[in-house]
Amino acid sequence: MHHNKLQKIFIALIASSVIWPLLAQTAEDVVVSAAQNSDLHARVLAASCAACHGTNGNAVTGSNENRNAILAGRDANDFTTIMLGFKDGSREATVMHHHAKGLTEDEIRQLAVYFSKQKPTGAVLLKPQTLKAYHE
Amino acid sequence: MNKNLTLTRRNFIKAGAATGLLLANPVFSMGRKPPLGRVVIVGGGYAGTTAAKYIRMWSLGAIEVVVVEKSSQFVSCPMSNLVLGGTKTIDDLTFGYDFVQKNHGIQWAQDEVTAINTQAKKVIMKCGELNYDRLIVAPGIDFDYAALPNLMTKDAQQQIPHAWKAGWQTVNLRKQLEQMPDGGVFVMTIPKAPYRCPPGPYERACQVASYFKAHKPNSKVIVLDANAEVISKKGLFQKAWKALYPNIVEYRPNSAIVSVDVATKTVITELDQVKAEVLNVIPPQQAGKVAQLANLLEPDYPWCEVDFLTYESKVAPNVHVIGDSVSSGLPKSAHMATSQARVCASAIVELMKGQSPDPAPVFANTCYSFIDDKLAMHVANVYRYDAPKKIMVPAEGGGVSANASAQEGVYAQAWAQNIWADVLT
Repeated sequence: MHHNKLQKIFIALIASSVIWPLLAQTAEDVVVSAAQNSDLHARVLAASCAACHGTNGNAVTGSNENRNAILAGRDANDFTTIMLGFKDGSREATVMHHHAKGLTEDEIRQLAVYFSKQKPTGAVLLKPQTLKAYHE
Repeated sequence: MNKNLTLTRRNFIKAGAATGLLLANPVFSMGRKPPLGRVVIVGGGYAGTTAAKYIRMWSLGAIEVVVVEKSSQFVSCPMSNLVLGGTKTIDDLTFGYDFVQKNHGIQWAQDEVTAINTQAKKVIMKCGELNYDRLIVAPGIDFDYAALPNLMTKDAQQQIPHAWKAGWQTVNLRKQLEQMPDGGVFVMTIPKAPYRCPPGPYERACQVASYFKAHKPNSKVIVLDANAEVISKKGLFQKAWKALYPNIVEYRPNSAIVSVDVATKTVITELDQVKAEVLNVIPPQQAGKVAQLANLLEPDYPWCEVDFLTYESKVAPNVHVIGDSVSSGLPKSAHMATSQARVCASAIVELMKGQSPDPAPVFANTCYSFIDDKLAMHVANVYRYDAPKKIMVPAEGGGVSANASAQEGVYAQAWAQNIWADVLT
């Protein structure tokens, strides 16, 4: 949709090399507003879930108990239904209602799309090591 | 405007003209590595390491990242109160940096920063210098001993540990608790907020009490809080102390520490003197040393003011501050540090591409506290950028657990495993 608009601007840009710098700036601004803003918003918001759900939704699952924590590759409709349930209180929660209620419905849908597109790669359970003598 | 940014823009346009394509991803048109410049990050804690990883990920490797960290290992502050309770050891919380370095091509200098020249855009270390296009300062907290001068020496801190940066200090405090005879008194002091980890001191009181209850039931925990009340999860902590540790924990609000007698382990407050067998003074805090070196602190407040869209310092252009050093109403927690790091990382990637960052970032914070060896409870909130106020504010709907539970104990352990994996792999 925005692609055509960008192409037009680009053609104009080539055609009128005299006002090049000015148009170059405009073209960039269009790129930003059209394609990027919602992606940027979603990627930071989704990444904020990583503390419990892993990088890009690939949660560390030490036991079967937290397999539900894996969000990578999760069906977008499933995700949306569950989160909206947490948001309106119809679904029981220990902690997720305190997150879902703080998000807009649109953000929940953005997260659903974002996580559904992530590859379920699994995550590394990090191995701890012995504290060395010279650490503070 | 920085030189690299101008270069990038020009090349971006040139590449477009040559190929007849308008590029969705100007990064790959450059044919040079790294085309977008260099970010130096001082501090390899939760904030700094997360920023390093996510800048590499989101720039698709187009930004060079160098982390400067003096320690060879990462030791987690979250969960370190469990070392005092006895359900974890410090080795359970200690990790290497090798995974995150290799997985994301992060360059690493194990070194100590001695000066920062923000005019010349240069970081000076003990063993070298680094130029940067953008700098991220993530030094955590520094203790402010101005009011407690006799705790300034290493020797005093051996006798009276703070244990507020995890590591040997934590081990030291645990050893002192183990060596204390039954019937002894453990005294801990809490500084005025803001300090690192708002619920941390109250969790610590629970953990020490949990250890006493099982092994030294005649001992006491006296909490001297400089604040007027418990400042995080208040109802839940009070309930835990009453239900689990009625004869062990004694909480005293408005008990700011005036001085300490190191030799006798005696705390002097305005109204009282309290002698301890084991004394834990959590000192007042300020932005980390590197932030001080770079003159990033506010004149009358020892934290760093930033633009919450980019975490760029209000006083030094191209210098960003993330984590505990930031001046804000946000809790100084590990999850918060990583949330700030990702907003900053995302913004830096866009700025270095010559584009605009997200004008309205939103992120979350979840913080668990253990009240004994199994039961935990949370405080969780979403935070949104408030454009008129230009700060992050808590969204509606956040809150704390109804009760501490074993289920949340499992979640808390999973939180730790996941945040460690996110930051360090």
